[in-house]
Amino acid sequence: MEILVCVKRVPDTAENEFELNSAGNDLDRDDLVYSVNEWDNYAVEEAIQIVDNVGGNVTVITVGDDESEEVLRREMAMGANDGILLSDDAFEASDGKGIATILKAEIEKGNYDLIMTGAQADEGAGQVGGMVAAMLDMPYASLVNKIEVGDGKIIVGREIEGGNQEMNEIELPCVLSIQTGINEPRYVGIRGIRKVASVDIPVKGAGDLGIDAGSVGNAGAKTRRVDYFVPDMGDGAEMLEGSTGEIIEKLIEKLKAKGGL
Amino acid sequence: MTQIFAYIPFNNGAAEDVALEFPSAAKKIDESASLTAVVVGSGADVDAVANEMTSVYSEVIKINQADFAYPNAEVIRKALVNVIPADAIFLVPHNTFGMDLAPGLSVKMDSSYAADIVDFEGIDGTALKAVRQELGGAVSTHVTIDIASGAVISIRPGSFAPVEGGAAGGSIIDKSGDAGDLSSKRKFLELVAAEVGDVDITKSDVLVSVGRGIEDEENIEIAQELAEAMKSVVSCSRPIVDAKWLEKSRQVGTSGQTVKPKVYMAMGISGSFQHMGGVKGNPFIVAVNKNPKAPIFQVADVGIVADILEFMPELTEAINDL
Amino acid sequence: MSSIIGPASFKFFGIFPAAILSFVLPIIGVGVFTYIMARRIAPLVRANPDNRFDQIGQRVKNLVVIWLGQMRQPRYMLAGVLHIMIFAGFLILSIRSTSLVIIGVSDGFVLPGLGGVLGDIYNFVKDYAATLVLVACIIAAVRRGIYKPKRYDVPEKYGHDHTAEAVFVLGIIATLMISESLYEASELAYEFQHTGVEHFLAPLSLVWIFKGMLASASQNLLQGLHIFTYFVHDLTFFFFLCFLPLGKHFHVITSIFNVFFMRVKKGNIKPVMHGVSDDRLDDLESFGVKTLEDFTWKHMLDFYSCADCGRCSDQCPANAVGRPLSPRFITIKARDLIFKNYPFSGEIYKSKLLVEDIYTEDEIWSCTTCGACEEECPLGIEYIDKMVDLRRGMVDEGMVPQSLQKPLKALEKRGNPYGKMEKKRAEWANDKEFKANWQIKDLAKDAADTLYFVDSITSYDDNIQEIARRTSIILNKAGVDFGILGKLEKDSGNEVLRFGEEMLYQDLKAQNTEAILETGVKQIVTADPHAYNALKNDYTGLPPVKHISQVVAEKIAAGELDLKPCQNPDAVYVYHDPCYLGRHNGIYEDPRQALDAIDGLTRVELEKSRDRSFCCGGGGLMLFYEPEEETRMGVLRVNMAAEAGATVIVTACPFCLVNIQDAIKVAGKEGEMEALDFTELIEQHLA
Repeated sequence: MEILVCVKRVPDTAENEFELNSAGNDLDRDDLVYSVNEWDNYAVEEAIQIVDNVGGNVTVITVGDDESEEVLRREMAMGANDGILLSDDAFEASDGKGIATILKAEIEKGNYDLIMTGAQADEGAGQVGGMVAAMLDMPYASLVNKIEVGDGKIIVGREIEGGNQEMNEIELPCVLSIQTGINEPRYVGIRGIRKVASVDIPVKGAGDLGIDAGSVGNAGAKTRRVDYFVPDMGDGAEMLEGSTGEIIEKLIEKLKAKGGL
Repeated sequence: MTQIFAYIPFNNGAAEDVALEFPSAAKKIDESASLTAVVVGSGADVDAVANEMTSVYSEVIKINQADFAYPNAEVIRKALVNVIPADAIFLVPHNTFGMDLAPGLSVKMDSSYAADIVDFEGIDGTALKAVRQELGGAVSTHVTIDIASGAVISIRPGSFAPVEGGAAGGSIIDKSGDAGDLSSKRKFLELVAAEVGDVDITKSDVLVSVGRGIEDEENIEIAQELAEAMKSVVSCSRPIVDAKWLEKSRQVGTSGQTVKPKVYMAMGISGSFQHMGGVKGNPFIVAVNKNPKAPIFQVADVGIVADILEFMPELTEAINDL
Repeated sequence: MSSIIGPASFKFFGIFPAAILSFVLPIIGVGVFTYIMARRIAPLVRANPDNRFDQIGQRVKNLVVIWLGQMRQPRYMLAGVLHIMIFAGFLILSIRSTSLVIIGVSDGFVLPGLGGVLGDIYNFVKDYAATLVLVACIIAAVRRGIYKPKRYDVPEKYGHDHTAEAVFVLGIIATLMISESLYEASELAYEFQHTGVEHFLAPLSLVWIFKGMLASASQNLLQGLHIFTYFVHDLTFFFFLCFLPLGKHFHVITSIFNVFFMRVKKGNIKPVMHGVSDDRLDDLESFGVKTLEDFTWKHMLDFYSCADCGRCSDQCPANAVGRPLSPRFITIKARDLIFKNYPFSGEIYKSKLLVEDIYTEDEIWSCTTCGACEEECPLGIEYIDKMVDLRRGMVDEGMVPQSLQKPLKALEKRGNPYGKMEKKRAEWANDKEFKANWQIKDLAKDAADTLYFVDSITSYDDNIQEIARRTSIILNKAGVDFGILGKLEKDSGNEVLRFGEEMLYQDLKAQNTEAILETGVKQIVTADPHAYNALKNDYTGLPPVKHISQVVAEKIAAGELDLKPCQNPDAVYVYHDPCYLGRHNGIYEDPRQALDAIDGLTRVELEKSRDRSFCCGGGGLMLFYEPEEETRMGVLRVNMAAEAGATVIVTACPFCLVNIQDAIKVAGKEGEMEALDFTELIEQHLA
């Protein structure tokens, strides 16, 4: 089975404390560390496990700048066979649909049976997988937490509200967005990455993909991020005092305002 | 005039809460917009929900087809493309169904797409300004959505004030015949119910989290009662799991689950570094602790110095009396 | 007939010379033994290299103390004394056994030098030796066969019970002792009957008893018994020799080598591959132990040498709390696999991935590297390096539990396991009250003689930051000119190395080393034993490293630090030895001296203290690992302290403090007991 996994380089929520820059309109990016979007790791692990069982090839792909190559290498160190970097100045500031358009152009050049994405990214909207599927007229299932590979079809479980699982049969080729917990992604250390450091990763731009530069990037974006801001947070707790009755009254008022009741 | 449509999710013949939140969202987009509810499903449930919606929405579109017996987004998307005007704003809930439906729908309708919106700040020309959160809620962003050729927007349930149902006296338009071809390459098979007792604390918006202050296994019941009153679940810190008073899946912390609730009730939790490492997304933290110097008060929004074994039952009673 | 006929001249049925038998038996015995040994050595030849021919002086010393002197045996008194009796007996009787083999072909053979008085003395001693060995065997057999001490149990998952083998061997030894004594007694009885010459015999020795019993036996019987017992002894001796390499009694042969080649340096971890320097690690195809042959030859020898005494597992804290780890079976499972993969004939089988075949991942992650097992093993078998090598293999294969992936990734990105920002590493010094009184030098800007290496938990954990402040105050009052690395400091990587993430450790080490050397300090002080161990034993080329307890003890002794009388004279203090201060670095006395320098402080000792200290639960990455366990190590430790009558547990390690503080709460002893760091106690009492 030929599997393509779309991955993304994101600021790591576990290892960062996000602060705004002095102008207050963007993140203070000086001290940020980036890594592979957590969900994408699960997708790559799942792809590797499928290929281990039924044979085939796993390719990882990302849209981004030169630094995004790092995440491709990390996923290749996990066991993905190939990597493709889609990079072009024209791709900068693409919205979800722009990213999907770019990916679609490359996907059409290949012959993939299964395309995976992470169910979402910490800074994203969980949109690219569904868009790519619609653009390619492939069936799509989101939030997949179980995959059983059959002949020309696969059975997928979707994680839905309340911890329930929705089982579907889906025809190949298809697009799936993968939820965390579907597997336990293997560990990749510095050594693993160094081992694949010299593997060639092709870089493709708008021209290679035959994409009209105006349809992607900032020019093609219909949804644009204008600024960042941090909702007000005081320092230290507001201590409620008084009789228990009074405290509870004040607390209930606050809980109501914050959606706790 | 802006045309807004809202997808009404429902269970067992009753609309989900978000159905009452769409009208507030729509008002924030454009006070003068027209708002139409869209109810898709099969059988008597659809009729019931459509009728229910007439008390909130002035217009309700109903699509009743046997193919919609289970809300398969792949099938419903096909019908919606045929029914919703291409230049309209289409609101869907940002839940597991909405995430399945909306991105592809925006492609098929050739509309803009914005996900997980928590607030709107009105339209300027063809640009709709909205607010969303990023990086696990650590920061918020303003986004502009070009609505010139329509937009599909998913909103975060619970972010907009619900409206009171009442006297809208809306009309129902049956578009069941317009659904078109509903063949799909994805077929729903069955629902596998979550294991009983297996509570997923990461999915709850409110957590009543207990720490050592609970003192005894029997007292877990007190926290359970408060959690029920708050329609939430009980989570805990590591010592509670170590003592085997609650299962491991309930533990919050660096060695347990990472949770992103809206409200975190830290009951008798000192607020250790390891524990707070599992609380993400900047929730509203209420801390109750006997020790006025407990570090939890540094990170909490509201602090109360009290014995949780006395405080929790009183709070439970007060909430139940509301 | 003047005297009894010896085996060299005896003829069976009057025609068949017994000498042929006593000539052939040793040849067959030695031949079979040589073949078996050659087969046993095969895996060692294929194993990974290890240089164990360094520090010969220390090795000889170990040989004298641990092997010959059996100094680790009495740590378990009854079993130890029994073993010393059997061991000493064996040594003494080996001379006699050698002579006996030759006597089979040469009547009346006496080893050179043992002809005169020396020979008489030897005979006197060896008669008692044989007697004592027999007595020891009987007690040991009763103990193993009837009383069955718990530490010899073999849980079902680890295979079959070893009692039968143990008792069988005790039987063999007893047979050797009895047959040797009967052989001699029959000769002496015969001679006495014949000549009336009475030899002096060690009273109450076996020979003495047997001789008395045989005093009136017929000469025919004595002659028959003499020959019969000779061959029983000869046969048993060579059977035993060939039987030794088949099981746990292999240690009779290997122990001398195993002790000679045992670990001589403490606290360090073996390199990934001996002979491959750190900068050439990238050239290695594979890391760590994945299959059997990835072990070093010394580690293979360890497997052969285990006597299955169970002391390692008896001391192992992981085993005590029900984690899926018992060091004894790490060895025994590997030995069983060697025996299976290297059969006595036919092809050698290929080893599978060990963590899927004979070990489990959780088993290998369960070790806290506390070193209690190694400290105890009378044979010098090592475990920590094996654990680390197995972990290196798992890390290389990507087999790392999710609970550890998070902190490892954070260490890679941020240099600390919590994922906190580098620039907040020195935030402990910004505490308002502290900052008002004390200024901490940042060595990136200011110079100082001494570096205070804080390390991650003390830098970032709100509760533990207090240790950093107290340490700083102590250093200040002791007149030490010091500073910190601030954001340039990275995690020392003590556990990163020990959890098998070699390249990440190398990275942390390189960054820290560069930052430290850049400051030009003359010494390093730390309050974290894990950092202390890494900087001292794992890093190279750094200035000398001291733990704060050493500094305090020195300064008190030099009169440069005065302590007030005990502020809490009603409390009973107990000092808990952190593994990385005590066992791994031998610092037992300094913290105790410092405590005892506080006037009026009541201090008791834990039963398990100093080199038998019981691990609190482990530090560094172990705080993140989620083991399967029935209880927590810390809880057991707190209960031990309670039994010792202590109300305050003083430790000198931030991880011990975290674990013990938690454990006091879990054990329900809040209010009755408290945990205190060494620095806190000392700082409170600074004059």
